Amino acid sequence: MVAAGLLGAVAGVVAMTGTAWSVALPGLLPLTGLEFDVDPLSGVFLAVGGAVAVAAGIFAVGATRHGLDRPGVQAALPAFIGSLLLVPAAGSIGTLLWCWELMALTSLVLVVAEHRERPAVASAGLWYAVMTHVGFVAIMVGMLVAAGPAEDGSFVAVRAGAADLSPAAASLAFLVCLAGFGSKAGMVPLHPWLPRAHPEAPSHVSALMSAAMVNLGVYGVVRVGIDLLGGGPSWWWVTVLVLGAVSAVYGILQAAVGSDLKRLLGYSTTENMGLVLVAVGACGMFAAGGDRALAGLALTAALLHLMTHAAFKTVLFLSAGSVLHATGSRDLDALGGLRSRMPVTTAAFGVGALSASALPPGAAFVSEWLLLQALIHGLPAPGVVPAVVLPLGVAAIALTAGLAVATFVKAFGIGFLGRPRSGAAAAATESGPAMLAGIGLAALACVALAVGPTVVLPTLADIAGGLVHAAPAVTGTVAIELVGVTGVLSPLLLVAASAVGTASVVGGVRLLARRRDRRRARLWDCGAGPLSARMEYTATSFAEPLQRVFDGVLASEQDVDVSHHRESRYLVAAVSYRRALPDRVERRLYTPLLHAMTTWGRVGRGLATGSVHRYLGYGFVTLCGLLALLVVTR
Amino acid sequence: MLSLWQAIRRVGRVAEPAPAGPAGPAPAAAGELAGSVQVRHVDAGSCNGCEVEIGAAFGPVYDAERYGARLVASPRHADALLVTGVVTRNMAEPLRRTYEAVAEPKAVVAVGDCARNCGVFAGAYGVVGAVADVVPVDAEVVGCPPRPETIVAALRLLTGR
Amino acid sequence: MTALGVVGGVLQAAVVVGGAPLLLGLMRQVRARLEGRAGPGIGQPWRDLRKLLRKQSITPRGTTEVFRVAPVLLVAMTLVVAVVAPLVTTASAVPAVADLFVVVALLAHATVVIALAGLDSGTAFGGMGASREVTVLALVEPTALVAIFALSVPAGSTSLPAIVGTVLDDPQRLISPTSLLAAVALATVIVAETGRLPVDNPSTHLELTMIHEAMVLEYAGPDLALVELGSAMRLSVYLGLFTSLFVPWGIATTATPLALGVGVAALVVKVGVAGAVLAALEVFLAKLRLFRVPELLAGSFLLALLAVTTAYVLG
Repeated sequence: MVAAGLLGAVAGVVAMTGTAWSVALPGLLPLTGLEFDVDPLSGVFLAVGGAVAVAAGIFAVGATRHGLDRPGVQAALPAFIGSLLLVPAAGSIGTLLWCWELMALTSLVLVVAEHRERPAVASAGLWYAVMTHVGFVAIMVGMLVAAGPAEDGSFVAVRAGAADLSPAAASLAFLVCLAGFGSKAGMVPLHPWLPRAHPEAPSHVSALMSAAMVNLGVYGVVRVGIDLLGGGPSWWWVTVLVLGAVSAVYGILQAAVGSDLKRLLGYSTTENMGLVLVAVGACGMFAAGGDRALAGLALTAALLHLMTHAAFKTVLFLSAGSVLHATGSRDLDALGGLRSRMPVTTAAFGVGALSASALPPGAAFVSEWLLLQALIHGLPAPGVVPAVVLPLGVAAIALTAGLAVATFVKAFGIGFLGRPRSGAAAAATESGPAMLAGIGLAALACVALAVGPTVVLPTLADIAGGLVHAAPAVTGTVAIELVGVTGVLSPLLLVAASAVGTASVVGGVRLLARRRDRRRARLWDCGAGPLSARMEYTATSFAEPLQRVFDGVLASEQDVDVSHHRESRYLVAAVSYRRALPDRVERRLYTPLLHAMTTWGRVGRGLATGSVHRYLGYGFVTLCGLLALLVVTR
Repeated sequence: MLSLWQAIRRVGRVAEPAPAGPAGPAPAAAGELAGSVQVRHVDAGSCNGCEVEIGAAFGPVYDAERYGARLVASPRHADALLVTGVVTRNMAEPLRRTYEAVAEPKAVVAVGDCARNCGVFAGAYGVVGAVADVVPVDAEVVGCPPRPETIVAALRLLTGR
Repeated sequence: MTALGVVGGVLQAAVVVGGAPLLLGLMRQVRARLEGRAGPGIGQPWRDLRKLLRKQSITPRGTTEVFRVAPVLLVAMTLVVAVVAPLVTTASAVPAVADLFVVVALLAHATVVIALAGLDSGTAFGGMGASREVTVLALVEPTALVAIFALSVPAGSTSLPAIVGTVLDDPQRLISPTSLLAAVALATVIVAETGRLPVDNPSTHLELTMIHEAMVLEYAGPDLALVELGSAMRLSVYLGLFTSLFVPWGIATTATPLALGVGVAALVVKVGVAGAVLAALEVFLAKLRLFRVPELLAGSFLLALLAVTTAYVLG
């Protein structure tokens, strides 16, 4: 697995620098054959997927040693990683669909790996299976429509034939593909599988899914919309941007009030993919408006954010796996105090959380800064649409940034700091060296992207520029310098300045403070008895103010039960409080839909009685109907 | 808002002119505190008479804050404890813990006769003793209840202003 | 990196570190005078800091290095902002960091660090303070970013020296609706971020009403000195940024001693006046209930959005 990942990463990096290669294997599969064609855009996704696979693979070695992985997982994992790397390398529609389906099936096997232990896994697996196949059908239909005028299914032919596509057909193809790929990227309202399936899978699988697989949804949108269909009208991209903004805000809002560590991370994936879609949408919108330089900038921001998201989400999911392994719990309300028991995991999670909360000097800050720069410089563009969409886009990103800070302060502060809230957390021990090595590798990648994004940025800008036919939007080695618009940022100097600032503060205190020994003392408990862990704030209580503020959107369900003593109504025996935060989209959209489908099925059952005469009768009636239709239409 | 502004204009300054600094030996900690004393108030079993007077001492008329004393919420932030009342059985341990929680250098001021020598509650049920029986006391304020001026004078000994 | 920038950066650091406690003292003094008190004098916060530096540090049992490092990081990050932002001069010591987004996000990061320290102490009050502070932060951040958006549209950049330079070149922009709306929105941000009334009461003694204070209840001695200095510096830096953005006159554009002197004097006067006005207004305000605060912040968010829209319509 590690080798496959390494191979993928190397191939991706090579491809990113411009060395395209292609392979055609016509006889390997019937009907379509396999065609692989790696260009720089594929290279980005190959490299990211491969790098995630390396970290997750090393982690998996440790997980297997601890008996966490059963044989099924061990068999399916390499196949999953392989298909994950083949999807961006696919050079024809047929190959893409084959690899896509292989990826869906292997990941499904991995998601349901622990179905014997927890009933929730089976339900998550069902959601995932259905949603991913509906998505598959959408992609297939969309791509077939797109390939209508083309000679064959290869991307080269589709690209050449796109000009002959009628606008209506092109729009249909794009929208259907957007739905299919968007569901893979966790785009609202097609996201409900994501916060279910990602947490229930084994953690290294979660990391692969959340950090690498979802990216392919974005890959599909970029490949089909910008590359194959060559841009398209502005309203396509406004749709993408708005859906992305809604996903980002909705995802982070759910994450901010959640208390299940892995589910929270799953929702954060929805948020980050939403941000990437905002960037992709902005790119398409600028390109449609003729502002190719800004389009390149927005796409560069999208690619960089994909990369940083992959890095920090790998760290976060793998650390969550380490915590799960050590405590058996992913409920933040039962964790805490892991700092002294699991120092390496805590440090890695801290690095990941800093990146994820988009605060400087974290990794995601740079990509969000680039995205904001693109949006800000886009405002003077002519037309009413940018004037309405861009400020709202900035507002959505801003809201997301604030809530992301709240989410990750909660995840890190409640989950790892303070004192343990359960016996399992108090008895936790650090995970083994292989697991830590996987986590550490990903954490290093986070730090590298935070300090030196300029190493990859020019390459990404080149790739983005190539796609939208513009010059690279970003240059610079020490500082990120935007081309065409004014804007400069140096993460390296920022880190250096912070280090100098910290050193001078420490020095100043050393110089001015009278040296007295630091005294250890009991916590200030207002003079009463010792504080117990039950008096600590939990994740639920931490998020309570936010939940109240956003209750109009979240629609929480609260229930207070007061039971009285038999003797008197004035004597309270017990008060129980329950709070549930169901996913509102799921509740409002999918529950009625599923209900309708069940009802249909039940009604339809009456048609299938098992009587052969009846079935012949159906056939006869259908035939007559068709003939009647022919008579009328001809 | 306008009426409040008019009230501010009408009343003007209500703080009385600062009296001459108090004479007497300053507690040991005063030298290091040098003009700034954060005070945490502990009610160890008072009748609340002293609390009213402390409130007055920090009010606009006596304005203890002008000498650098300030009431704070946490003993970690405090330099001095202002203890009122006899120390009752339930408050002896909390008082000890509060004293423990204060960082060095620190001082304790026993405010009122009860805190100094149990006053009228001497020998009563549930009384452990005076403040000095539980934690070391650096300064005392006489009176039942003490006058705000004397409380301010004791605080000025600590701040040295 | 120009000579003006480097000299200005050093001067700014010195002025902010030295002046921040005095600003706090001035604000307390104004408040005391309006309440009919005599007040302890504007040097009192410095006396408090001097004393705290002489005291003992306390590490509560069960806390980790997060608790210990947080005050240092709070001051360090604020110091970085004080050095790079255009307060005394329009040039920046490190122009590649003097971006409005970076500056606001760094100040937010300092808040986050203290919130983590509050959670690390593991007390009920620490968690409560952290939860409230982070909630306010999460709601303030959108307003801040959108207001920045509005301000950067005329300048065509989010770089602070560029924005200040644009205003200096064309002062008429200041009375445009965009600028005024953004100013009101940013003022709300500053009030919320620095924990002033009506969002937070800096002089409360009641733990249940605290936001900022509740997180730092466990700090003592030099650690507490850093927390207090950091909070004071935050206030000064925010007010300094505000005055540089909306009242930039007097700021040094050349590296002559006279210009720098005028720059320092102008900064001190402007921030002093802003602080005094803020303190005077606080006398007339009561603290809002915690769950009314989001309404205030939502209002400021709308103002900021309106500012962007007017920037487009009139721009």
